[in-house]
Amino acid sequence: MTVEKPLTQEIPPDGQALGLQGYERSGGYQGLRRALRGMTPQSVQEEVKASGLRGRGGAGFPTGAKWSFTPMGADVPRPKYVIANADEMEPGTFKDRYLMEGNPHQLIDGLILAAYANQADVAFIFIRSEYKLAQERLARAIAEAYSAGYLGTDILSSGYALEMYLHVSAGRYMCGEETGLLNALEGKRANPRAKPPYPQVSGLWGKPTIVNNVETLANVPHIVEKGAAWFQGLSRTKDAGTKLYGASGKVKRPGLWELPMGTTIREILEEHAGGMSDGVCFRGVLPGGASTNFLVEQHLDVPMDYTEVEKAGSRLGTGTMIVLDDRTCPVGMTSNLIHFFAQESCGWCTPCWSGLNWATRILEAMEEGHGKPGDLEKLSFQTKFWSPGQTFCALAPGASEPLESALKFFRDDFERHIREQHCPWRT
Amino acid sequence: MLTAEERQEIEGELAHYPTKQAVCIDAMKIVQRHRGWVSDESLRDIGELLEMSPADLDGVATFYNLIFRKPVGRHVVMLCDSVSCWIMGYERMREHLTSRLGIQFGETTPDNRFTLLPIVCLGACDHAPAMIVNNNLHGDLDPDKIDKLLEECQ
Amino acid sequence: MGTIYIDGKPYKADPEQNLLHACLSLGFDLPYFCWHAALGSVGACRQCAVKHFKDAKDTHGKIVMACMTPAVPETRISILDPEAAAFRAGIIEGMMLNHPHDCPVCDEGGECHLQDMTVMTGHNYRRTRFEKRTFHDQYLGPFVYHEMNRCIQCYRCVRFYREYAGGSDLNSFGIGNEVYFGRDKDGVLESEFAGNLVEVCPTGVFTDRTLRRHYTRKWDLRMAPSICAHCSVGCNVTIGERYGLLRRVLTRFNSEVNGYFLCDRGRFGYEFVNSERRIRAAKLDGEFISSEEAKRQLQSLVSSGNRPIGIGSPRASLEANFALRRMVGKDRFFAGMADGEWETTSAMVEILQAGPARSPSLHDIELSDAVLILGEDVTNSAPRMALSLRQSVRQQPLEIVLKLHVPLWMDAAVRDVMQDRKGPLFIAAPGATRLDDVATRTYRAAPDDVARLGFAVAHEIDPAAPEVVALTEEVRELARIIAGALKTAKRPMVISGASCRSRGVIESAANVARALCNSGHPAGLSFIAPECNSFGLALMGARPLREAFSITRNGEAAPLIILENDLYRHFPANSVDSLLGSATRVVVLDHLENKTTAKADLLLPASTFAESAGTLVSNEGRAQRFFPVFPQPNPEDRDVRGDARESWRWLGDPAWLSLDDVLATVAKDLPQLAPIVRAAPPAKFRMAGAKIPRESHRSSGLTSITANISVVEPRPPDDPDSALAYSMEGDTGQPPGALQPFFWTPGWNSIQAVNKFQSEIGDALRGGDPGVRLFDARLSGDRSSQPAAYFTAIPAPFTRRDSEWLIVPIEHIFGSEELSLQSPPVAELAPTPYLALSAVDASALHMEGGTGEVEIELGGVKQRLPLKVLPDLPAGIAGIPAGLTTARGEELPAWSRIERVP
Ligand SMILES: Cc1cc2nc3c(=O)[nH]c(=O)nc-3n(C[C@H](O)[C@H](O)[C@H](O)COP(=O)(O)O)c2cc1C
Ligand code: SF4
Ligand code: FES
Repeated sequence: MTVEKPLTQEIPPDGQALGLQGYERSGGYQGLRRALRGMTPQSVQEEVKASGLRGRGGAGFPTGAKWSFTPMGADVPRPKYVIANADEMEPGTFKDRYLMEGNPHQLIDGLILAAYANQADVAFIFIRSEYKLAQERLARAIAEAYSAGYLGTDILSSGYALEMYLHVSAGRYMCGEETGLLNALEGKRANPRAKPPYPQVSGLWGKPTIVNNVETLANVPHIVEKGAAWFQGLSRTKDAGTKLYGASGKVKRPGLWELPMGTTIREILEEHAGGMSDGVCFRGVLPGGASTNFLVEQHLDVPMDYTEVEKAGSRLGTGTMIVLDDRTCPVGMTSNLIHFFAQESCGWCTPCWSGLNWATRILEAMEEGHGKPGDLEKLSFQTKFWSPGQTFCALAPGASEPLESALKFFRDDFERHIREQHCPWRT
Repeated sequence: MLTAEERQEIEGELAHYPTKQAVCIDAMKIVQRHRGWVSDESLRDIGELLEMSPADLDGVATFYNLIFRKPVGRHVVMLCDSVSCWIMGYERMREHLTSRLGIQFGETTPDNRFTLLPIVCLGACDHAPAMIVNNNLHGDLDPDKIDKLLEECQ
Repeated sequence: MGTIYIDGKPYKADPEQNLLHACLSLGFDLPYFCWHAALGSVGACRQCAVKHFKDAKDTHGKIVMACMTPAVPETRISILDPEAAAFRAGIIEGMMLNHPHDCPVCDEGGECHLQDMTVMTGHNYRRTRFEKRTFHDQYLGPFVYHEMNRCIQCYRCVRFYREYAGGSDLNSFGIGNEVYFGRDKDGVLESEFAGNLVEVCPTGVFTDRTLRRHYTRKWDLRMAPSICAHCSVGCNVTIGERYGLLRRVLTRFNSEVNGYFLCDRGRFGYEFVNSERRIRAAKLDGEFISSEEAKRQLQSLVSSGNRPIGIGSPRASLEANFALRRMVGKDRFFAGMADGEWETTSAMVEILQAGPARSPSLHDIELSDAVLILGEDVTNSAPRMALSLRQSVRQQPLEIVLKLHVPLWMDAAVRDVMQDRKGPLFIAAPGATRLDDVATRTYRAAPDDVARLGFAVAHEIDPAAPEVVALTEEVRELARIIAGALKTAKRPMVISGASCRSRGVIESAANVARALCNSGHPAGLSFIAPECNSFGLALMGARPLREAFSITRNGEAAPLIILENDLYRHFPANSVDSLLGSATRVVVLDHLENKTTAKADLLLPASTFAESAGTLVSNEGRAQRFFPVFPQPNPEDRDVRGDARESWRWLGDPAWLSLDDVLATVAKDLPQLAPIVRAAPPAKFRMAGAKIPRESHRSSGLTSITANISVVEPRPPDDPDSALAYSMEGDTGQPPGALQPFFWTPGWNSIQAVNKFQSEIGDALRGGDPGVRLFDARLSGDRSSQPAAYFTAIPAPFTRRDSEWLIVPIEHIFGSEELSLQSPPVAELAPTPYLALSAVDASALHMEGGTGEVEIELGGVKQRLPLKVLPDLPAGIAGIPAGLTTARGEELPAWSRIERVP
């Protein structure tokens, strides 16, 4: 039996987008028809809840549970909003772009279903500026969806109305943080917002708002069409569905693969990515993008799902792995990562704006041969400084993960930089 | 003064949003698309249209990295400096670009042809190193490919 | 109140508040930056971290931000927890990575919250080796100095300036560790409340530019509790002096009045005290004389010939006016205001005394949830009140916030939920006002039409109120909308005042408030008076000045005593000339040279508010005491202050030895003013047997400064008028609010020390909020069930004239008030005199471009003024800046032709 790849199997291999007809032929918008004809919004929510779908944007929050907080009924504040988070800026992550470029209708379909399930009136796709091709294809697909009656005032004659807009960002990692995103959409500085109230209750313009990742939403049409049990069955472990896994760095075939949830790191790296490039050896991996802890050799057989990766001391994150090899300096790599976070810190909370900047300078100095005894203690103090709850949002805690784990797994390399006053990988 | 076209595009955006402020980022990007950057004067003009002060707008503009408050060259080259590209040879690409163009990040060539900027992960990690030239993504860079791409920009 | 546990011990805390509020209210030293009692919590700085335990069994705990965590009963936290303490020190370390280590030369040093918090957390060793980031500073105008390198990114400045005060020219720019707080380019800060940045900024980014010119450390200032004399609101201020110069004004917290903030006129208007034009010694016929001689001259003048005529002053203290009134007799005591102003002032006082609408404090105004303003540009006529009104428009939308169970202190969430929703605020005024940006609707019309709208609103609320005939449908509709909003509000408020100089406007406001009260909607009614003690003078009673003119016109020659009043500002020059001309002798008491003092035969130097003790009655009807920061002149020690003293000392009964003697006489003679005795404790009041020091513990230069003359320390000067000492010695406990010279407590050197003096953070001072309300007595007394009567004199609609314009005064925060205009930085921002016309009227004069000069004629005097187009003025109306043109003596509104000067 071939493995099912609901999210990607219809994407044309030639780099073109699957058009409306192609999408419909493969069963697209069928779930929507079914939902609008025979399912209440609550039952769509129930189905999604039963499927065990968890957010693919990094935090892994159960999607059905998130939706269940949306105030429903006649006298709730309106308009209600749903937003597809297509800001994908987490370094090492390139899955949402592929989904949007290859099958834009799938996202739109999922977004309409999410909107219906939450009885939303307006949907936005919040996409990063650099994704030009995805923008073009989504814009065309939205127009097609309007003409086909999937969007507008009376969708498929059901009486349900939804407007959908593509909103192009102006750049910043913080725009992907769901409350920063709301501020960005409102034309403000994308600082994060205080929670509670959660966006589901008071989000965009103070109205109930659902924010979901592109990949999360892309799963929804399939769940509604084929059911929760089917979705559960796709996975190899307790966490349901398939997952887009990626690998970059010095592997033979960097790329992206839709595989059953719970495929092991080893299988992904060896079978799909073709193993390490010639002449280099594996040293470690960031399993789910820049803001996850390094895993090393001993973790290669960890199944890539939310539960197991967490048990191993990291996070599934976005499921796109960045591989560290032995010809690449772990201090340099960490320095690059922390520099990214420092640069993207919104400047709201002190541990983040000051600590990340300080850590970057320590790491850069170390990499340039100016490390000092005591630097590692300062760095590890910073990683604790950025713990969740101690900073305002999850950006700085995200930064602490690679740094903390690098200090743990590659401590010798850090110490050597300080001792030898130069980076052994630089000649 | 905003051109009729710019004004029309901005006003078109207003229909999708409940507040004028929500359009401000789009408005600045529209002006930037037409003029390459957003001058103080444009900021004032946009402000008048959207009932925002120059400080309101500049506070927003300076938050985002893709709104240019300084003039840029005819071609904007943005090299990804994030982790996968860094592993795959970003530093070599940067050296090649800076020496070829004779400018550092944040600078524009004296002939106004190129502006060189760093950019965060472009979601092209499987084709690292990557860069964007005038909105078009190019992956699997090497010095030859970079030369060819620069060549095409007149 | 519920019980929370802090480091294992139980305490009472308000569950509606957050843990930082609770800890500070309980007296704990928990450091913070971004939180501010008036601005709420946003959780940006992360300085207020504490350990939070799930329950009694939890020993591990989790760090939380106290300011972001509700103080729900049974909460268990630790402040002392080593991890939390290390975290707090780490936050300071993070801020100090970039903060200059220049405390000894920094303006903020010695009253810097960052300094205090640094010491509090124990961070004291620099572990970084990298360079600090640096910024360019901006020129922000004459009031506020900018030094961005000191910034710690707490966001308080923009939150105050933009969100609280409604300014839009200051913002945060950029991200990461280089966020810049400033304007988009150099330039004068536009907000009338920009000066508060000096106190809001916890370090030295925004400092007082006026203080900088005559800098003194806080610990070296001699300070005294005072009342702002620059408008009728009566904000409480702390004034600071050293070496004979008044050096700065700070907010003195009063939870009922100004809270934590002042306006810039009040903060920066003080420099008139140091003016070159101060009258420092008495003069007789232009020759300096001693103060003893001056007293003799005054005495002989009073006791020979006809009884003198006294002219009081709305900007002089109650005591000064009382002393004059007593000296000349009440039948010879005249109001020092134009007759129209006197009439409207008296009418306002009568209305407020009669009730039933209550005269609100600023705090009440802040909490009102629907407001109608009739005829005032509040930001320019009673500036601090405008800041309260900006908060009032939040009241209705806050209901949504409450519904979502978001606590009101959680400012970050509150503003996201509210977005820019605003509650009802209606403004009817002759021109645009500085609150229009938050108004629901504005109505621009001539004073008579403003009054008609007010009357119409009253009628819509209560049909028993008189109906306005010949109303346009449009205005009737507006009246209906306003009436609806006021009636459905929980705490409706009507605000009007003297700016239009229109009795009709005032009576219409009274009708609206009465209609609300009569129909079961208890409403507030606030009247803005022309000057800081207009209401005090009106409560005391005086005869209208025109009657003084008629006495002298009848040929009854008598001496004339003019109290702290430049008559040329209030009356046409020719009438003043003739009044002065007909007097046998002219005695003038004042602080600064002006046109009236130039005409004095006997000129007596009156001390300013900063050198005086006395009482002012604010527009709320609150009597508040101010105390001198300068000692009384010592006859043996003639210094820069010269012979200036309180007018009541010049004019008073020789038996009066102190302020308390004056107050006792006031209470005896004028029962309606008797409560003013209670506005502050008497001079014999003592704290633990000691006086209250005006100087800080750390005051330097206290010994040996006169060693070149004598090694014997001079005795500190006496203060017969208050329980305050001109010294650092005394009791520094919790004095009564009215006697609080400054806020300081060990470890808290900045203005934030106020925390330690409040009963609960943000609430009344432990020693009681200063002041006594004078208008309540009658209200609480006889609350008969009789509905309040309505005024019926509804003006006819304004009709424009063919070749004449109705000239109305336009108030300016910087310029319209006499004394602050003598302060150089205020003068710098005062407009040059102009005549304003609507665009239509300007083009009728063929002056479409809005440039050029026009000539008007007021009171028979012609004057030329540059034209200014104000698009919002109604046709047929012209405006001139109040208090700034040469025609300032003419009573406005008045009709004049306007000719274009070719
Ligand atoms: C700094 C930061 C950046 C983020 N960027 C993204 C992003 O680009 N795309 C995304 O889907 N989620 C991003 N997230 C996660 C979102 O906050 C949010 O959890 C997610 O969009 C929810 O969708 P999901 O439940 O479908 O995963 C980011 C979070 C943080 C803290
Ligand atoms: S952790 Fe703090 S400064 Fe960093 S991005 Fe989040 S809120 Fe901004
Ligand atoms: S005071 Fe609590 S985070 Fe700033």
